[in-house]
Amino acid sequence: MPRTPKPPFRRRLGDLPVAVLFVLPAAAGFALFYLWPAIRGAYLSLTRYNVLTPPRFIGLENYEKLFGDRLFWNALKVTAEYVVLNIVSQTVISMLLAVLLYRLTRSMLVRGIVLLPYLVANVIVALLWFWMLDFQLGVVNNVIEWLGFDRVAFFGSDLAIPTIAGINTWRHMGYTALLIFAGLQMIPPSVYEAAAIDGASEWRTFWRVTLPLLRPVMALVMVLSVIGSFQVFDTIAVTTGGGPINATRVIYFYIYDLAFNRFNFGYAAALSSVLFVLLAGIAYLQLRLSRAGESDLRGA
Amino acid sequence: MARIRWGRVAGWAVLGLVMLVTLFPFYWMLRTSFSNTRALAAGAADLLPVDFTLGAYRRVLGLSSTAEAVAEGGSSGTVNFWLYLRNSIVVSTLTTAGQVFFGALAAYAFARLRWPGRNAVFTLFVTALMVPPIFTTLPNFVLIKELGLLNTFLGIVLPHLLMTPFAVFFLRQFFLGINASVEEAARIDGAGHVRTFFRIVLPMSRGPIATLAILTYITSWNDYFWPLLVGKAENVRVLTVALGVFRSQTPQGSPDWAGLMAATLFAALPIMVLFALLGRRVIDSIGYTGVK
Repeated sequence: MPRTPKPPFRRRLGDLPVAVLFVLPAAAGFALFYLWPAIRGAYLSLTRYNVLTPPRFIGLENYEKLFGDRLFWNALKVTAEYVVLNIVSQTVISMLLAVLLYRLTRSMLVRGIVLLPYLVANVIVALLWFWMLDFQLGVVNNVIEWLGFDRVAFFGSDLAIPTIAGINTWRHMGYTALLIFAGLQMIPPSVYEAAAIDGASEWRTFWRVTLPLLRPVMALVMVLSVIGSFQVFDTIAVTTGGGPINATRVIYFYIYDLAFNRFNFGYAAALSSVLFVLLAGIAYLQLRLSRAGESDLRGA
Repeated sequence: MARIRWGRVAGWAVLGLVMLVTLFPFYWMLRTSFSNTRALAAGAADLLPVDFTLGAYRRVLGLSSTAEAVAEGGSSGTVNFWLYLRNSIVVSTLTTAGQVFFGALAAYAFARLRWPGRNAVFTLFVTALMVPPIFTTLPNFVLIKELGLLNTFLGIVLPHLLMTPFAVFFLRQFFLGINASVEEAARIDGAGHVRTFFRIVLPMSRGPIATLAILTYITSWNDYFWPLLVGKAENVRVLTVALGVFRSQTPQGSPDWAGLMAATLFAALPIMVLFALLGRRVIDSIGYTGVK
C-alpha cells in the first residue's frame, strides 16, 4: 500500500511535539536543580555572600584566599588521607570477597548478608560503630582489653581518620564486592579452562587472567569509590563533628561549616568549585590510566 | 585434590569471618537496645542484653514517663519517633513516585521517539552525573530559601522529584531493548505514543521500574545532608536527621546508648524489611548499575 507522502518539514520534526511533552518535567527539573545551580555556583564563588544580603562581586578573591587558608590545606590533607586509606582497604577486601563469593557459592542469602551494611543509612552505621568503638563501654575495646592490650581511643586525633575509613569500608565492602562479582561473571569460563590446561596455579590465574580481564570493571569501581569517598560527610557529622581540633575536618565538612555555621557562602562555593575540578581531573586521569574502554577479552 | 579442598575450607573460613563481621554489629545493636543504659557499664562485654528491659523502645516511642527514662539512664528529652517516621515515609514516597514517573517519561522520549536534538539533550542530562552534589547543593539551598520552601516537604523533595540523571539513564537502557514490533502493533491498533507508553511500555517494564523504585526509595530514606540543610524543623524532620539531633542532645559523658540503639534499629528496620521482601531484585540491580 502506498504511503501518503509527509511534508519534509514534519519529517524533520519527527515526534517532537510528543517528545517535548514527555521530556518537559525532567527538563524542568534539570534546568532548575542542576543547570541553573551549576551556573549560579560558579558565579557565587566570585562573590562575598552571606545569604541574607545580596551577593557582592569580588572577582577571584575567594580563590586567592584559598592559597593562604591553613584550614583548607588541612582539609585537603585529611581528605586525601581518608581517601587513600578507604580505597586501599575497600578495594583489597572487596576483591578478596568477590573472588571468594565467585568460587564458593551462588547463594543469594550470602550475597544479601554482605550487602546489608550498604543498605543502612550512613548515620545509622556511624552511630552503631560510635557505640561499638566507645573508649569506656564499647565492645571492641572490651575485647582488646580482654586480649591483654591497652584500650584504644578510636576517635582520638591520631586514629579518627583511619577509624572512619574503616567504618566506611565496612559499609561499602559488600556493595563493591558485588560490583566486582558481576564483572567476574562476565569472564567466559573457557579462559579459565585454558589456564587450567596450561597448569597455572590458582594464584597465577588470578594475577594473569582474572585481574587483567577485570580491568574495565575495576576502573569503574575505582572512579566510583574515589569520587564517593571524597564526599565523606555523614559519618563525620554524627561522630567527631570535624574534631578533635581539626583532625577530621574533611573538605565536605569544611564547606558545610563555612556555608552554614559561618555564613560564608561565596567562599564555600569557591571551595566546591575547586573540589569539582579536582574530582573531574581525578576521574579523567583514572579512566585514561586504566584504559577503561578497552577490554582484554576482545583480543582473547 | 587435597590441596583444592583445603583451599575451599580456608575460603569458607574467611567468608564466614566476613559474614560474622558484617552481622555482629547488627546483633550488638539489638542486644544493646534491650539493655538498661545504667547497667551497661557493669556488663559492657555481656553477649546478652544487660538487665533486660523494653525501656529504650518505650522511650523512643514516647511511651515512658520522664522519671522512668531517667531511671534507666535515658535523656529526659522526648523523641517524636512516629512523627519522624511519617516524615521519612512522606519524603521517600514522594521522591520515588515523582522521580520514577517523570524519569520514565523522559527515558521513553530518549529511547523510542525521534526528534531533533535528542542525543544532545540526553548527553547534557548524563553529563550531570559527573557533577559532585556539593557543587549544586549550596546554590540549590539558596534557591529553595528564595522560594520560601525551607522546612517544607516540597523543599526537601523538589530537587529530586522531577529527575535524576541516573533514573533517566537507567530506564532508557531498558526501553532501548524493547522490540520495535510492539510499537508497530500498537500503532496499527490506532494507539498514539502516549497510549503506547502508558498501556504497553510501562506494563512491560514493570521489573526495571520496580528496581529503580526500590533503589530510589532506599537512597532517599538514607539521605542525610540535604534534609539536614532544608528540613531541620520538627514537623518535616526525617529519621536520619532526627538521629543526628538525638545523638547531639545526649550528653558527651554518658550517652543513652540503649535509647540510641533502639532508635537506630527502628530507623533501619523499614529498609531491612524492604530488603528481606525484595532482596533478589536489589542484589541483581547492582550488577546492572555497575557493569552497564
